[in-house]
Amino acid sequence: MATIATTPVLPATTRTRRGHAERPSAFGTAILLLGVVYCLLPVVWVVMASTKNGSELFSTFTFAPSTHLLDNIVELTQYRGGLFWLWMLNTAIYAGVGALVSSLVSALSGYVLAKFDFPGKGVVFGILLMGVLVPSVILAIPQYFLLAQIGLTNTYWSVLLPQLISPYGIYLARIYAAAAIPTDVVEAARTEGAGELTTFFRIAIPMMAPGLVTIFLFQFVAIWNNFLLPYIMLGDDHLFPITVGLSGLLNQGATVPALYTLVITGALLSIVPLIILFLALQRFWRVDLAAGAVKA
Amino acid sequence: MRIAFKAGALAAVAALALTTAACSSPASTGDTDGASSDSGPVNLTYWAWAPNMDKVVDIWNKSHPDITVTVNKQDGGDAAVTKLLTAIKAGSGAPDLMQAEYQKIPTLVSAGALKDLSKLGAASTKSDFTAGAWNAVTLGSSAIYAVPQDTGPMMFYYRKDVFKKLGLKAPATWDDYAKAAEVIHKADPTQYLGTFSSGDPGWFAGLTQQAGASWWSISGQSWGVDIDSAASKKVASYWGGLVQKGVIDNDPMYTPAWNAALNDGKQVGWISAVWGPGVLAGNAGKTKGDWAAATLPQWTAGANANGNWGGSSTAVTAQSEHPQQAMQFIKWLNTDPTAVKALAQIANIYPADVHATDSALTTAPDFFSDQSDFYQVAAKASAAVQPFTYGPNVNVAYSAYTDAFAKAAQAKQQSQFLSALSSMQSTTTSDLKKSGFSVK
Repeated sequence: MATIATTPVLPATTRTRRGHAERPSAFGTAILLLGVVYCLLPVVWVVMASTKNGSELFSTFTFAPSTHLLDNIVELTQYRGGLFWLWMLNTAIYAGVGALVSSLVSALSGYVLAKFDFPGKGVVFGILLMGVLVPSVILAIPQYFLLAQIGLTNTYWSVLLPQLISPYGIYLARIYAAAAIPTDVVEAARTEGAGELTTFFRIAIPMMAPGLVTIFLFQFVAIWNNFLLPYIMLGDDHLFPITVGLSGLLNQGATVPALYTLVITGALLSIVPLIILFLALQRFWRVDLAAGAVKA
Repeated sequence: MRIAFKAGALAAVAALALTTAACSSPASTGDTDGASSDSGPVNLTYWAWAPNMDKVVDIWNKSHPDITVTVNKQDGGDAAVTKLLTAIKAGSGAPDLMQAEYQKIPTLVSAGALKDLSKLGAASTKSDFTAGAWNAVTLGSSAIYAVPQDTGPMMFYYRKDVFKKLGLKAPATWDDYAKAAEVIHKADPTQYLGTFSSGDPGWFAGLTQQAGASWWSISGQSWGVDIDSAASKKVASYWGGLVQKGVIDNDPMYTPAWNAALNDGKQVGWISAVWGPGVLAGNAGKTKGDWAAATLPQWTAGANANGNWGGSSTAVTAQSEHPQQAMQFIKWLNTDPTAVKALAQIANIYPADVHATDSALTTAPDFFSDQSDFYQVAAKASAAVQPFTYGPNVNVAYSAYTDAFAKAAQAKQQSQFLSALSSMQSTTTSDLKKSGFSVK
């Protein structure tokens, strides 16, 4: 396991030698190529389909590109006064703010659960573990009823608040804090006169950083992909995230044609930020998954 | 909530009035408060899914600074009703105004989601609508649950170039339709005059409505379910026969494949409704100028009967704190000549107001610009719509339709079309009983 975790930082020369030593198996490569095709084919389809206009979409060859990508983007941008870009912005707010606050809450709770002893800690952690097992989908309707009582449905808060606390994030943070922060360091900080919050922000957070990136990414992707919660909570389509907005374009009812080209172009544009985010944070993600696997 | 719902449901129609009466008691206090809030500006939210409804509402907002209406666009009728029912159960979060499809009104009424508008002056709009549309918003009672907004009289669209080439005329009867379907499919085996769509229960309901069916009925305190009536059986066995023979297609409408087939001339006819041109323009833009619109083929030659597919009304929800102002807006939206014209030309719907044909619907829709009598045909189709009663569990009947008829259409067996109908009947009846309604 340790070898795997350190492979990425091996010097280039070592890697070349290893490459010579182990000849790639044709069978393995074929399986991997099959996997690549399986994963990329739908993406290629989206890219090709988004270059077609409405009448070409279902009549020309599936993987033949056309020339209407720009027209489609312009049409999508003009749809009801740029509503699509508002949906993108909303998604960024829900996923960005939600994941950031959720990571902070997870770090704080995980740190406390890992480094403090207090009565009821086992119970709290047990309930938390049960929370990991409950899919967030089945909580959406109860959450609607709760938020309706304080009149917060159909607001940004109704989508943000339920997603701030992630049992899985707290669980990960606890595991990570227990492994990455030596108790001696925390005690040394206390001896030096640091307050508990100072210790947390100045000592614990930097040590937990790689784990927090993982929690951030998990939660970001979870909120980005969440459909049911915003679908139930929101009535005003100016508050919609991209998932609910695009699904609405396809379900216009029988009297209006489904806006396929707009939805496909929208889907293409909506994965761009995710790709950028993954490329930017990929390093942390990989290192941490391996490290987590060793230490958990 | 569940108990309250059941108790209300038990006594059926009479109870429908009671439930709303119970729900409108806060409303009447709202009315007295309303007097004070009349002086200040009021904000109303309106859930609607008709395209460009916000632009129609802008006309109202410009001339009525005291009552500002905000449109929240919804994703079609089903999604909006689900959300509204959740908000009603939660006790807050519902809009003031709601675009409600006719078939959803009984469901909404039995959930206590709508205010009775009869005390707010809705009766004064009665003369603007056909008896059928009015019956759909009153459910035959003295209450008025909504004001009709648009209707969807069914119409038949066909490729006139294909018909001309084969020497066919627009079918006057369903026998003619069956013959034309056979001729077209024989001449070119890739072409079909139409498809039997197991994905569109509203479409099938409209076809049985034309044949004289009414799937639900209300008598005294109880509901009747009559989905497998002789009229419905006639329609099911007719379509089952065409599918079994293979002269019409058996795949659902509104799929990408169906869109493509319309566009490449593989589907050369469409049994649809008055709003069809918008869909054709979106899906089959290439074929503009090749289509003609006609009234539906008839069961008896020379008769003039029709069904409805689609159409909706505007209702005030039980949670609205300003029902009087909401009613003022509804009356303007659905009967004022300026508004009705905007509904037809900006929101592209077929207004329920009977005066619309003279004032608002003067030029044919763009996709049918070479058929100048389009709206005369539509008016004839609209006048012929037969009475039909929807029940409080339309969703159950509709999903039973989708399940049972999808299998029948795939099997291409006429007999299975009839058994699909009886399975709809039993599913719908037992659901009504289980929900606590009295069923005769």
